[in-house]
Amino acid sequence: MKVTKLWLDEWVPNKLSAEDAAEKLTMAGLEVDSLSAPCGEFSKVVVGKVLECWPHPDSDHMHVTKVDAGTGEILQVVCGAPNCREGLKVCVALEGAQVGDLKITKAQKRGVESAGMLCSYKELGMAEESDGIIELPEDAPLGVDVHEYLKLDDRIIDIDLTANRADCLGVCGIARELAVLTGQSLRYPQVTPVPAAIEEIFPVQLNAPQACPRYLDRVIRGVNQKAKSPLWLTERLRRAGLRSVSPIVDVTNYVMLEYSQPLHSFDLNKLHDHIVVRMAGEGEKLTVLSGEELSLKSNTLVIADSQGPVALAGIFGGLNSGISDETTDVLLESAFFSPDAIKGRARQYGLDTDAAHRYERGVDHDNQRRAMERATALLIEIAGGSAGPVNEALCAEQLPQHAPIELRYAKLSKVLGEEVPQQRVFEILEQLELHPQQTDLGVRCVSPSFRFDLGIEEDLIEEVARIYGYDVIPNAKACSELRMLPRREERLSELTLRQKMCDLGYFEAITYSFVHPDHTKVFSALPPVMLTTPISPEMSAMRTSLLAGLSQAALYNLNRQQKRVRLFEIGLTYLGDKHAENGVRQELSLAAIATGEAHPENWGHQARAVDFFDVKGDVEELLSLTCRDDVDFVPSKEPFLHPGQGADILLGGQRIGAVGMLHPLALKALGLKGNAAVLQLKLEALLDRKLPVYQALSRYPSVRRDLAFLLPKSVSVKELSELLHERGGALVQELRVFDVFEDEKLGDRRSVAVGLTLQNKEATLQDAEVGALVESLIAAAQERLGAVLRA
Amino acid sequence: MSTLDETREAALAAVNEARDLQTLDNVRVTYLGKKGLFSAFMSELAKLSKEERPQRGAVINEARSAVIAALEVRRDKLEREELERRLNSERVDITLPGRRLESGNLHPLSRTIARIEELFASMGFEVVGGPEIEDDYHNFDALNLPPNHPARASHDTFMLDNGLLLRSQTSSVQIRVMEQRKPPIRIIAPGRVYRNDYDMTHSPMFHQCEGLLVEEHTSFAELKGVLHDFLLNFFEEELEVRFRPSYFPFTEPSAEVDLRRKGGKWLEVLGCGMVHPNVLRNVGIDTEKYVGYAFGMGIERLSMLRYGVGDLRAFFDNDLRFLSQFA
Repeated sequence: MKVTKLWLDEWVPNKLSAEDAAEKLTMAGLEVDSLSAPCGEFSKVVVGKVLECWPHPDSDHMHVTKVDAGTGEILQVVCGAPNCREGLKVCVALEGAQVGDLKITKAQKRGVESAGMLCSYKELGMAEESDGIIELPEDAPLGVDVHEYLKLDDRIIDIDLTANRADCLGVCGIARELAVLTGQSLRYPQVTPVPAAIEEIFPVQLNAPQACPRYLDRVIRGVNQKAKSPLWLTERLRRAGLRSVSPIVDVTNYVMLEYSQPLHSFDLNKLHDHIVVRMAGEGEKLTVLSGEELSLKSNTLVIADSQGPVALAGIFGGLNSGISDETTDVLLESAFFSPDAIKGRARQYGLDTDAAHRYERGVDHDNQRRAMERATALLIEIAGGSAGPVNEALCAEQLPQHAPIELRYAKLSKVLGEEVPQQRVFEILEQLELHPQQTDLGVRCVSPSFRFDLGIEEDLIEEVARIYGYDVIPNAKACSELRMLPRREERLSELTLRQKMCDLGYFEAITYSFVHPDHTKVFSALPPVMLTTPISPEMSAMRTSLLAGLSQAALYNLNRQQKRVRLFEIGLTYLGDKHAENGVRQELSLAAIATGEAHPENWGHQARAVDFFDVKGDVEELLSLTCRDDVDFVPSKEPFLHPGQGADILLGGQRIGAVGMLHPLALKALGLKGNAAVLQLKLEALLDRKLPVYQALSRYPSVRRDLAFLLPKSVSVKELSELLHERGGALVQELRVFDVFEDEKLGDRRSVAVGLTLQNKEATLQDAEVGALVESLIAAAQERLGAVLRA
Repeated sequence: MSTLDETREAALAAVNEARDLQTLDNVRVTYLGKKGLFSAFMSELAKLSKEERPQRGAVINEARSAVIAALEVRRDKLEREELERRLNSERVDITLPGRRLESGNLHPLSRTIARIEELFASMGFEVVGGPEIEDDYHNFDALNLPPNHPARASHDTFMLDNGLLLRSQTSSVQIRVMEQRKPPIRIIAPGRVYRNDYDMTHSPMFHQCEGLLVEEHTSFAELKGVLHDFLLNFFEEELEVRFRPSYFPFTEPSAEVDLRRKGGKWLEVLGCGMVHPNVLRNVGIDTEKYVGYAFGMGIERLSMLRYGVGDLRAFFDNDLRFLSQFA
């Protein structure tokens, strides 16, 4: 909502600077977004009159003029505007004037001397575009500075109103606030009822009194639409962000800005018989002012005549009943529509109008007559005409009723944490016109018709607090019971996992939850939840795997010359599941991608590409946080993984994720070149850890035996180690694979060397025992797995 | 056979001529070994009379000790020289970079969230999460935002093909927590939120942190105190904080909080207020017994101010050159 300082001053006499007024309004809840000047920077621009005007001899569009600017001499000025003509009152930038960046000097314009410039609104910074020079009224006094004449020493105050303060969608409401804040009384503009000059009325019938309990109309005949709205009015409209159109439009807009009461005007001669305010029939048609034909829904209130709908009530006029330049006879409408009848309706037709904006937030239900009288008076003053009597249709019992609201002083103090003096409370409520009356426990208020946002005690508490001043209420120390929160040691924090991933060399990424559907399909066959109106198709599917976004983030970096990319993310995946709340399982997941070099470039590392065992190692490290030993890796069937380099991760026999190299087809679908290793895990599986249980240390020494087997390639190291553990029993304390070697010479075998740490916790292990055990292990490996001890 | 004196002189000369430990040890064996020259002198003692023996013995021992002492001095010197040679040969260029693993780091938004969690945890606020795909009830209705409420329009909510929506505010978590727990309640809920708006200053996905406290005794003044302390602790710099009346359907009274850094302009950083009685009633909390406050802050905004990030969208590009600045 834009209002100007001078306009406010008319309503509330005050000596505040625009900045101070803005500060007061902001601190009372009307947040001032900006203060701006109503024009650009200029100086030495005065009112002048074109005495003579003739075509420039060397130009097809310029004029040469003689101008009287009240300087005592007649100036010759060349002007290129099409509307430049003899007798016009104009804004003349004199020699030496500064207009924006332009310095006005005496100059030759195509060979003709020019000692100044006739200015347009654009040149004076008062419009984005203009199609000619400013035309001032005939009575504009010669030589007067344009700043003074157009009252440009003003400031436009742009207020970012909250949805509850629709009463401030008019100057009147903002002024009322400023009056309370400055302790002034409000000075309403003089509105004298215009007596009826003709008898004619246009009848109104309220068929939906709940939605429209009050409807006023008035016939005005003989209006001159060709008349020009006065400069003071068009300037106010301009400063509030509206263009001047015609007297009728300007007047209805002006009254709306003044009282936040939307008015509508019909061309009387296009209406038939009477007005009916009723709900639309489903599918009924109405062509609105923009030319669009709407098919109406039955939840929509319409203004109709005997032939059908002529306007969407409170939202938009109909094309066929609207005013035009030819209109001479008008029917003005000033109505109260209930917010519930208007809310959401404009949007349902893709419309957004100033009227709908106000009606759906609410207007003063007791202001329609004042607005009507104000508009009538202004219109007749500007464009003539004869008004009929104001015709009011009313269903009083359907008007909003403002029930008394109780405010208890004790509650006020409890909620605010501040004892506002009772006298001050009373005074504030009185200034706000809430009609307070003392009760045993506090006050009882009845809000005026223009404060339809107040309904409960808390609303009054806020009113008192904001006028009293939020900044006056102290910043108090919290005063609560100290309660120790449980901290389960068996529960890891998400932050610990994040930190672990960082320690493993991954950077944390945050990717969008909505991804390209093709990318999420790479990682899951589950159909994703789709957005109905996405930003773009690339952001239209809710991810079923974090890898969809991570792979694209990796690609982004690879495209920017990164040789090694390691990214991880923790976040929700959204999985259709009819057993979950609302049919979507929203599960926290941890995923990572590693592409390019295995190690950061360093003289001490052999450069190589990242491979399966790099990321498997990362998974093992991560799982080590859980202190669990029932972790297993089994070949994975995930289609996005390389069939020979992918593993499902099992914890306690439950599948909790997968790790591996991306399948070449997956890489292609994601646009990745080169290899990439990925891992993804259900976060929940990682968050529970076992508490340590102390084991006594053995006093007896351990021995180490290294065994190098030639193992058929079809046998996994896991099979070998399980066998050795099984046969070795408790004596095998530790088994480490310390060498794996493959060579053509070995045929379909490979060499696997394991180091066994053997220990009897109860006694010293004897050489003979060790020898026998090792023999039995070798024999078992040979017998069961076809493994041969390397010579 | 030479005299004891000659032997002693020869031994001392040999010791001093030894250029390495091996040679020195050979010298030791030659003179002091079991079959060495000094042993030979000692064995000759047997031929002497009882009276002569101690005297001669003492003389031999004196000569032998002198050789031992010289040997030790020489060994010490040679050992030191050898160690020095070894250490010299083992010298590396310590300016070469180490073989580090190079850690990654948290995303700046996670870092900010972790910081907020830590500060509020110190006051007993517990961190909770909630679903991001939400129903209309938790995101709007229960928060006193009935259908067609004008304040809904500003949310530009993303709708989904299953009839649900992407939560437009973390305030939805308030309702979920209060449905599950009875007061006293003290929680914060950081997380992702979504609005259909994408330009230089808007991201369709961003982060908020919601806070909620419901107890028998709290007040707007305490809310002011908590948020004032939070902002000062979060930014760790001199700044002014102001509370300005505002409007949120789920709080009454409501406030927006602005801060002003030294020489700067007022910047809006969070919204807050006393929990609206309708919200408490929606979850069955007695509004005469309990009072509550709630607040919500934008994580991106706080991060941008704290770390001087100028471009909102940088948070979601995941460019390593950006991410690695927050180690």
